[in-house]
Amino acid sequence: MIICESWLREWVNPDFTTEELMTRLTMAGLEVDGVSAVAREFTGIVVAEVEAVEAHPDADKLRVCQVNDGSGVHQVVCGAPNVRAGMKAPFAQIGAEINTGEDKPFKIKAAKLRGVESSGMLCSAEELGLAESSDGLLELANDAPVGTDIRTYLSLDDASIEVDLTPNRGDCLSVAGIAREVGVIAKQDVTALDVAMVPATHQDEFPVKITAADECPRYLGRIIRNVNLGAETPLWMQEKLRRSGLRSIDPIVDVTNFVLMELGQPMHAFDFSKLEGGIEVRLAGDKEKITLLDGKEVEMNPDTLVIADASQPVAMAGIMGGQYTAVSDSTRDVFLECAYFAPLAIAGKARGYGMHTDASHRYERGVDHALQHRAMERATGLLLSIVGGEAGPVTEAVGNLPEQARVSLRYEQVGRQLGISMEKAEIKDIFARLGLQVLSDSESEIHLAVPSYRFDIAIEADLIEEIARIYGYDNIPLASGNNSTKFGRAPETKLDISQLRNHLVALGYQEIISYSFIDPALSDLVCGTATRPIRLQNPISEEMAVMRGSLLPGLLQTLQYNANRQHERLRLFETGLVFQKLGEETRQTARLGGLLSGRRNPKNWNNNNEISDFYDVKGDIESLLDLGANGAGFQFLATEAQGYHPGQCAEVRAADGSSIGVIGALHPSIQRAMGLDTVVYLFELDLAAVLAAEIPVASELSRYPEVSRDLALVIDESVSSGAISQLVRENAGEFLVGLQIFDVYQGDAVTKGKKSVALGLTWQHPSRTLSDEEINAIISSCINALQEQFNANLRN
Amino acid sequence: MADTESLLDEALQAIEEAADERSLDDLRVLYLGKKGSFTELLKGLGKLAPEDRPAAGESINLAKKQLQGAIEKRKLTLVAAALDAKLGAEKIDVTLPGRRQSAGGLHPITITTERIKKIFMAAGYDVAEGPEIEDEYHNFEALNIPEHHPARAMHDTFYVSPGTVLRTHTSPVQVHVMESGEAPFRMICPGRVYRCDSDLTHTPMFHQVEGLLIDENVSMADLKGTVVEFLRAFFEEDMPVRFRPSYFPFTEPSAEVDMGCVSCGGKGCRICSHTGWLEVMGCGMVHPRVLEMSGVDTNKYSGFAFGMGIERLAMLRYNVSDLRLYFENDVRFLRQFN
Repeated sequence: MIICESWLREWVNPDFTTEELMTRLTMAGLEVDGVSAVAREFTGIVVAEVEAVEAHPDADKLRVCQVNDGSGVHQVVCGAPNVRAGMKAPFAQIGAEINTGEDKPFKIKAAKLRGVESSGMLCSAEELGLAESSDGLLELANDAPVGTDIRTYLSLDDASIEVDLTPNRGDCLSVAGIAREVGVIAKQDVTALDVAMVPATHQDEFPVKITAADECPRYLGRIIRNVNLGAETPLWMQEKLRRSGLRSIDPIVDVTNFVLMELGQPMHAFDFSKLEGGIEVRLAGDKEKITLLDGKEVEMNPDTLVIADASQPVAMAGIMGGQYTAVSDSTRDVFLECAYFAPLAIAGKARGYGMHTDASHRYERGVDHALQHRAMERATGLLLSIVGGEAGPVTEAVGNLPEQARVSLRYEQVGRQLGISMEKAEIKDIFARLGLQVLSDSESEIHLAVPSYRFDIAIEADLIEEIARIYGYDNIPLASGNNSTKFGRAPETKLDISQLRNHLVALGYQEIISYSFIDPALSDLVCGTATRPIRLQNPISEEMAVMRGSLLPGLLQTLQYNANRQHERLRLFETGLVFQKLGEETRQTARLGGLLSGRRNPKNWNNNNEISDFYDVKGDIESLLDLGANGAGFQFLATEAQGYHPGQCAEVRAADGSSIGVIGALHPSIQRAMGLDTVVYLFELDLAAVLAAEIPVASELSRYPEVSRDLALVIDESVSSGAISQLVRENAGEFLVGLQIFDVYQGDAVTKGKKSVALGLTWQHPSRTLSDEEINAIISSCINALQEQFNANLRN
Repeated sequence: MADTESLLDEALQAIEEAADERSLDDLRVLYLGKKGSFTELLKGLGKLAPEDRPAAGESINLAKKQLQGAIEKRKLTLVAAALDAKLGAEKIDVTLPGRRQSAGGLHPITITTERIKKIFMAAGYDVAEGPEIEDEYHNFEALNIPEHHPARAMHDTFYVSPGTVLRTHTSPVQVHVMESGEAPFRMICPGRVYRCDSDLTHTPMFHQVEGLLIDENVSMADLKGTVVEFLRAFFEEDMPVRFRPSYFPFTEPSAEVDMGCVSCGGKGCRICSHTGWLEVMGCGMVHPRVLEMSGVDTNKYSGFAFGMGIERLAMLRYNVSDLRLYFENDVRFLRQFN
């Protein structure tokens, strides 16, 4: 909300500079967002009277004027269409300077215009910086004193202060509201606005009925006859509105806006001749429609409160009036509405229709339910003074008005919640300044009645907040918050995720963070269409429309983005949730995903620029799995998985046989579809499984020697190394401590369809030396098993 | 005797000229070996007159000793020379880069989050996590934001289905923690949050860290002390911190926290919009309704909560100028944090 400083100071005028005022408001919770001047900087401009106007001898559009500025009469050439003898307008004297935002101010000098001497300049509102654009001179009131500095006359040394109010402070959405707050801060009384009751000069009333009594607790109406809509809103009012960020429209809108700004009460004026029968405040009927002031036709929901006459809805209550009953140039009689609508009846409704108005903004935050009569009289008085006419009596209908709020404070809670000690007298002084009335007071507790304008105060915590606010948050001391004797727990059966991340970083991987919502087309390409991703109802764009079911699309997209920028050797990883719909259940699982592509090692003078392959990604994952569950028996089994190359893909299984993820090469067709030049290797694992750790149990070291034997086999190429190792392990006895595959060969020296595999085996007994006979027996049983199961032979 | 002397001269000359250890060894064999010249001379002593033998033997032995010494000396010279030659030949260009895997790096948001975690964990806070697809109850109602509350308009919410949203803040984790455990609580919750907003200063996904402390006798003074201490620990600077009254439905009293601009020291610059202050987080005393809804006894316990944007802290700490850089994942940007 924008507030005009001089207007505010009419209500309460503390000894603060503008700067101080802004800081004090901000520190009281009414955050000041900015301040702007209400006019350009200028000097030497005064009120002047145009005494005579003659045609310019050589220019059709120019006039030669005689201008009296109090010090004398000056000849001025003027091009404004509205210049006329007898008018009063701002006059920039010779030597006046106007800062137009350029480097140097614009200086008024004596000049000749088309051969005629001109000594000074008559000014428009635009030239003074009072309007964006003007089509003529700024016409001043007839009683404007000639010779007075225009800055003084129009109080232009003023500021528009923008206050960013939190939703709970609807009571401050007016000059009166901010003034109340400033009064509390500055410990000053606020000048009460004297609103006189306007006596009725005719007795016509328009019936008002409230059907929705909870939604509309109070509705006031009044007929004003014979208004003159040709009248102009006085400059002082236009200026106050302008300095509050509101444009002058016509006298009736200006007056309702003025009261809105001044008191915080939204009002509406109908063309009385368009209303039929009587007013009913009710909820909208089924599929009921209204065409609003802005020309938009809306089909209303049944929870929308409407103002209707006998034939149709004429306004969406508290949001916007209807077009048909709007005041227009031909309006003679006006029906003025001043109502209190309950916040819950308006809250969210305007937003539901994609609308937001000054009225809805206030009603949904709350309006003082005791304000309507005062606002009605204020608006009527202002209106009559501008557009004339005769006011009728005020018609009032009442629904279920809220009761006066009562609230209590247990004194000890102030210290407990705020960590300060405060005298009861000081607490009570704060309450008095806030307008809270003491109902009863005891040693331990005080009961208060809340003024109707502080509709945000309902519970004890609200009172404590007010005390803190007025006392000053900055005056509350600092305490440690560290009174706990309980230490944080650090479970050793779970790795800290940062260990995992740092390990990957050491292996050359760069962490990324990609959006959790992805392009459904990319999701389908990478993850297939067998399971549907979770779609957002209101995505930012189609490229961000579904929740990721896998980390791989985001990783691949990042690879693509960087590959397009000449970064092709990449190792990336990401951790985060993936989302899947399983029946009715939404599953959100944390995963670790990554990829690598390009050369195995950074380009260097001493390596041969080998391209990475499956065993690079597998090696990285093996070393990663060693972190938490050393020797926990992870297995890699050949598999075919969506998105992966069918011949280069492994499922990773935990010791208990559960699947924890997949690693492998990206399917070549996806690689091609994404325009990636190099082969990409991927991994995606369940994060919890990778983080699982075991607490080590140390065993004694054997003092006896190790025995090692190598075994070279010729075996069908289809038999996997995993299967060979497993079979050997099963037959190698309990004292086997090491098994490595140290050579795999296929080529001329081996029959086609076969491969040679060399295994290194190591045994050690904890308490004695193993004999050759024992080892030979074990070797024999291994060889027999390999022969039987895989048709393997020892290599010569 | 003349034989001995001339032989000695010849041998010394040859030793002096020996080019390497091997030829030196050959000379040793030639002169001193079993069949060497001096060995032969000794063998020839028998042919001399007995009275001449001692003198001749002595001079031969003297010559042998002299020769031995010369060989040792020459050997030392040759070994030193050979080593010099070897060292010279083995000289490499140490300025060539080493053989290695290039290290990767962490995302700046992770770096910042880890830093925040470290600070709070040292103060005894646990780290909690929660779901990102959240029901409206936990995201709003349980935080005292009923359906038509104006505060909901400030959260541009992504909907997955009616009643199910992408969490708009990390505050629902507070609720989960309180619902599933027993006070006291002392925890932080970092994580992704989502708002349906995308422009220069907003990304539809960003990160927050939420903090919650519920215990006996926790006051706003504890909140202030904790927040100030955290900011000073995080920025490693004793900048001024101020608390302004504000409004969040789930805390009361609520405060916005401003800290003195770390870029200009409070003098006013572009980063702080010439105010000298940077808005860094929101906080407050947990609203009694929130405590009650989550089953915390408000007569016994009170507490505070705070929440901050991790991107913002990272921007201030690492001089990042554009929010969108965080999620573009351009490695040229990311590698600046390695």
